[in-house]
Amino acid sequence: MTASIQVKATPAVQYVLRLGDLCLITGQRLGEWCGHAPILEEDIALSNMALDQIGQARALLTRAGQLEAAAGGAPHDEDQLAFLRDERDYLNPTLAELPRGDFAFTVLRNLAVSTLQKLLWEKLQDSSDSELAAIAGKALKEARYHQQHAADWAVRLGDGTPESQRRCEVALAGIWRYVPELFASDAVDDAAHASGLGPRWSDLHEAWLAEMAAVFDEAGLKLPATGAYCSTGRQGIHSEHMGHLLATLQHLQRTYPGGVW
Amino acid sequence: MTAATATAVGAADTAAAWAVLHTVLDPEVPALSLPDLGIVREVLPHADGLEVVLTPTYSGCPATEEIERSVVQALDAAGLGPTRVTLRRAPAWTTDWISDDGRRKLREYGIAPPGPVAQGSAVPIRIVGGRRSAAGIDAVACPRCGSAQTERLSAFGSTACKALYRCIACREPFEHFKPI
Repeated sequence: MTASIQVKATPAVQYVLRLGDLCLITGQRLGEWCGHAPILEEDIALSNMALDQIGQARALLTRAGQLEAAAGGAPHDEDQLAFLRDERDYLNPTLAELPRGDFAFTVLRNLAVSTLQKLLWEKLQDSSDSELAAIAGKALKEARYHQQHAADWAVRLGDGTPESQRRCEVALAGIWRYVPELFASDAVDDAAHASGLGPRWSDLHEAWLAEMAAVFDEAGLKLPATGAYCSTGRQGIHSEHMGHLLATLQHLQRTYPGGVW
Repeated sequence: MTAATATAVGAADTAAAWAVLHTVLDPEVPALSLPDLGIVREVLPHADGLEVVLTPTYSGCPATEEIERSVVQALDAAGLGPTRVTLRRAPAWTTDWISDDGRRKLREYGIAPPGPVAQGSAVPIRIVGGRRSAAGIDAVACPRCGSAQTERLSAFGSTACKALYRCIACREPFEHFKPI
């Protein structure tokens, strides 16, 4: 059993880990569809998107490790950061870790996440960190395809049969509970904003809502009301689902340290 | 060895390296060489060997590491080693960098080449409407019969870079190298 690493958690490291973990955990959930999607084309599409997300996560976690080292921490590589952190050191928003649910849930969560990511990458192209800007420039192109895919399906399901519409409504109610966290500001975001590292996620709220509303309008879905609850995944305090996800994600590296294909 | 000689040798090696790179094929679309694909930014002669600068295609493309190995192996085999490969992410790779020759080879291989990438970051999401590309905006011609009467089956195909299409005229399915 390999011991967990200790992360040198400066605000910049945390900011980049939040981005990297959003991609990593989204990719992990999407990958679960491999062999299980309703039709072959979607099996391929979801696996493709999982691969994009994990590729983005690799670049971002590599950058986070470099920033740790620059701040005097141990120089962790992408694999150590992906596989050897304790749960509290993962900083993805809780929405990303929720179980994949049915196809409607996956599609609508993808819509929420890819729309957020597209807006993040757009802003991050101008990051004061040139490596982060380069990662964003590439990821933006991929996020556009992910968002388009999710939007197409949201309209098809929302404007489909009574059953597909019902499933969308159930999925949205489950997703919306975790939306406030996406746009909650804190010291990490403020520091990134001040240093030019990247945007406060809260500054993207309006644009995100407008794009979601445009799709929902076409899909005949109603924007759910926003509640007062605010989840805390970006602070490292996760839902009960995260431990199970990490058990799957980390199992091989914890059991066979340094194992490779 | 004088500096002038070193430069001359370096330039000759660089030209030879480019010739070798034209024989290294993309493992996932073996119709294309790496320069056809537009991922070789430059070949730099250094005192301790050649440096090949590549721009990876997709973030999660599993071929990236395979390509790095193939480059080193091919240049070593040609007696041009030692070689190192470095990655340059910015500016991000775009299908606009695929050469004209590469586009022709794709078509001959049965893959519809990408059209020009839409400019500007403010590409609005297109809310369904047409899977059929005959509308003109992103018409993809069938690589077999040339018909523009085609429809997209899925934006994601057997590799990250391709979409699945079907030709309505000749009924053949085909892949489209999507613009990115």
